[in-house]
Amino acid sequence: MSTTATAVEGEHHHHGPAKGIGRWLFATNHKDIGTMYLWTALAMFFLGGAFAMVIRMELFQPGLQLVNPDWFNRMFTMHGLVMVFGAIMPAWVGFANWQIPLMIGAPDMAMPRMNLLSYWLLPVALLVLVSTFFMEGNAPAFGWTFYAPLSTTFAPDTADFFIFGVHLLGISSIMGAINVIATIVNLRAPGMTLMKMPMFVWTWLITAFLLIAVMPVLAGVVTMMLTDRNFGTAFFDASGGGDPLMFQHIFWFFGHPEVYIMILPSFGVVSQILPTFARKPLFGYASMVYATGAIAFLSFIVWGHHMFATGLPLAGELYFMYATMLIAVPTGVKIFNWAATMWRGSMTFEAPMLFSIAFVFLFTIGGLTGLMMAMGPADMQYHSTYFIVAHFHYTLVPGAVFALMAGTYYWLPIWCGRMYDEKLAKIHFWLSAISVNVLFFPQHFVGLAGMPRRVPDYPLQFADFNMIISIGGFVYGLSQLMFVYIVVKAIRSGKPTPDQVWEGAKGLEWELPNPLPFHTHTTPPRVD
Amino acid sequence: MSANGNRMARRLAWLGALVPALFVSQVANAAWDLNLTQGVTETSQTVFDIHMTLLWICVVIGVGVFGVMIYSIFTHRKSKGAVAAQFHESTTIEIIWTVIPTLLLVVMAIPSTVALIDLEDNSASDMSIQVVGYQWKWQYKYLDEELDFFSNLAASSRDQINSDPTGVDNYLLEVDNRLVIPAGKKVRFLITANDVIHSWWVPDFGWKQDAIPGFINEAWTRVEEPGIYRGQCTELCGIDHGFMPIVVEVKPQAEYDAWVAEQKSALKAAAASGDREWAMAELMEKGEEVYMRVCVACHQANGQGIPPAFPAIAGGAISTGPIKGHLDQAMNGVPGTAMQAFAAQLNDVELAAVVTYQRNAFGNEMGDMVQPADVKAAR
Ligand code: HEC
Ligand SMILES: [Cu+2]
Repeated sequence: MSTTATAVEGEHHHHGPAKGIGRWLFATNHKDIGTMYLWTALAMFFLGGAFAMVIRMELFQPGLQLVNPDWFNRMFTMHGLVMVFGAIMPAWVGFANWQIPLMIGAPDMAMPRMNLLSYWLLPVALLVLVSTFFMEGNAPAFGWTFYAPLSTTFAPDTADFFIFGVHLLGISSIMGAINVIATIVNLRAPGMTLMKMPMFVWTWLITAFLLIAVMPVLAGVVTMMLTDRNFGTAFFDASGGGDPLMFQHIFWFFGHPEVYIMILPSFGVVSQILPTFARKPLFGYASMVYATGAIAFLSFIVWGHHMFATGLPLAGELYFMYATMLIAVPTGVKIFNWAATMWRGSMTFEAPMLFSIAFVFLFTIGGLTGLMMAMGPADMQYHSTYFIVAHFHYTLVPGAVFALMAGTYYWLPIWCGRMYDEKLAKIHFWLSAISVNVLFFPQHFVGLAGMPRRVPDYPLQFADFNMIISIGGFVYGLSQLMFVYIVVKAIRSGKPTPDQVWEGAKGLEWELPNPLPFHTHTTPPRVD
Repeated sequence: MSANGNRMARRLAWLGALVPALFVSQVANAAWDLNLTQGVTETSQTVFDIHMTLLWICVVIGVGVFGVMIYSIFTHRKSKGAVAAQFHESTTIEIIWTVIPTLLLVVMAIPSTVALIDLEDNSASDMSIQVVGYQWKWQYKYLDEELDFFSNLAASSRDQINSDPTGVDNYLLEVDNRLVIPAGKKVRFLITANDVIHSWWVPDFGWKQDAIPGFINEAWTRVEEPGIYRGQCTELCGIDHGFMPIVVEVKPQAEYDAWVAEQKSALKAAAASGDREWAMAELMEKGEEVYMRVCVACHQANGQGIPPAFPAIAGGAISTGPIKGHLDQAMNGVPGTAMQAFAAQLNDVELAAVVTYQRNAFGNEMGDMVQPADVKAAR
């Protein structure tokens, strides 16, 4: 197998990347496009992070010191939008671009030119979104959930730019998803049946279907906003016979699968890494696949759990409560499987493993609070407080972001042909893991004690915890600068990647030569 | 590697143990500021019980899963010479850990279902109050009495937002007019909004309910214990979302009745005071009070507004234009913007005073005034 994989055809030998900026502007190579996605995502992670720092500085003590409430609202709105649409989603697309062809033995993505277009729409969309800061009316201040009528009748004109940006992001994501599906379905190496695919590929396949299903729904809801705002329709305007609640139904029909779009690839990465460093096969591969599918399916029928306090009819509340509770079953299966993978392994604890183990611990906390909030009557208290803020940040930061860090450290030696500095990476891990808990754990307390989310100021009894939370936030934010340093250092002066990067790593991507040629798997490897 | 690895393991274990430990310590000293409140109603007590049951179930699951992982991290490490087993599935165990959580869920669903049914039972109430969310205040209409009023953030809090709030009693949790309800009565709330979506939440009652324009949501409470209960708006509703608290005062029936009578006669007196001519100084004084209560959130204390969303009053085209246009703006608002129609919220005296104030404060110096009689005529 490895001989075919490394055989490079003569005619391709000198066919390297184009020179200069053209290499990036007209990139069709999955590696280059993946790289661009990843750098963009990293830049957006810091932009969104900067907004978060403003939020935490303002909340450092009671009273308003730094920004007025309007700015505060813009900050958390843009923080959410940039992190979701600019950082986490594009980062996973970057991973998909790099890893899927390498892992299934394909020479590239199925549609390289569409790939190029879907990448370039992303920075354009983000620019449209961020440019609102420089316009009259300023950036959106209605939350990343942009509930009508705050985002329609009561929003400044810049909301139309927001709508345009979301449209572009949606087109970009849909094209990216089509590409992923086409690649996985058509370009697998001979012998790689669906049930032999690596977990990361499986989770991305399912994610891609989620994207295709819900991004058009998002496009629909922003289009309705657009016509409400500009063309006299009243989809969401009660005084015109419309229904503001319909906005929330449509939004969350998109929004709930959206959170799984951000987390399923994390499940995939962690399912790759734990077996490598436990030197033991993934426990329950088949049940992992089915659990991922079940989670994806359930994600379409639970949107009402975001709306327990909106006055849904009793039958609706009961239904959404039961359906949401069901998600705990496949999610539990995944967590148990990961624990069983570690059980009786022969573990070592390099940075990817540390981040993955922390992922399992901390994502579990996010999952458990999710279970608590699934209970309708309890959610009447939790809803829209810092408890929910703690919950979804546990799933997204020590969840998705830790998985991204784990995956980067894991595959970086392949990507750039050089090793990162393990010692620094471990320091990065410990700083992140501790500060992220200082940042998010006390949010459970202030939330339970009654602090609403999205407020620029708070009653005095929340002051102590907010100060602790802010300190955690600053440390976490600063530690991420280390990540940039470690990655750049690896690229520029890391030790060349050895033939065997990780002792226990299995899969096609590990059988390629180092440094990685520009074109790989030009002759499909055989999998048996 | 081995020594280093051991140190790492210790640290990791410490982290793993810290998390459930924090959970447990939280429960141990369940002070108000760490945990959910038990509240003062049957509903809030039920919700609290469900919450604690859930919390303990989560702690047990967490301790179980984390315990296994931590044990594994300590023992099954290469540095200790662990040799990897090669098992990778077990139908029995996979069935077990699918079925047990499912059963646990069924057990948890039962009390939640009962509680939800009770929460939604709005029948047989003793009285009804309509709650209307506005940017950024609440209106309370007693549907069985001729009584309604607005409830704004108290000046004691607002004055300190930009300076030093430490030392302010109930900072951001005090209002000018509290909602008063009788103890021991089932009070039904009809909750809606005038502009954007708000949400009405008093944690001690055990629920929150969104206030949605065009919809009327029902909710209810019965508080046995007289007292003062505080909460906040919990749905993002624009700039001053953080500054529209809710304060409910529960009084024994007799005191409640007295309060209602007093409110009604005060309203009558206020309306009657519009029958006479008002002097400039009186109007300015009253106007400042109204402005600082009602208009300040948008137009700001210095009259500069927050352009472009909220225009300045100082030097404003309308505020320094003809009286008629200015009064019209204040009374009828501007549909489709945050500028509300204050004719429905303020009486003749208040409207006359606030318009006069705007025309003569912030350097506007128009020198003219509006009389309550003018407002009455314009209605
Ligand atoms: C919730 C926010 C809000 C509150 C509270 C508010 N306004 Fe306004 N006001 C506005 C907005 C928005 C406009 C601009 C409307 C437009 O687009 O024409 C405005 C415009 C005005 C103007 C015209 C300004 C000018 O000179 O050009 C006047 C006068 C005015 N308001 C009076 C009042 C008075 C009197 C009160 C208090 C009783 C008040 N407003 C309270 C939002 C508010
Ligand atoms: Cu509100």
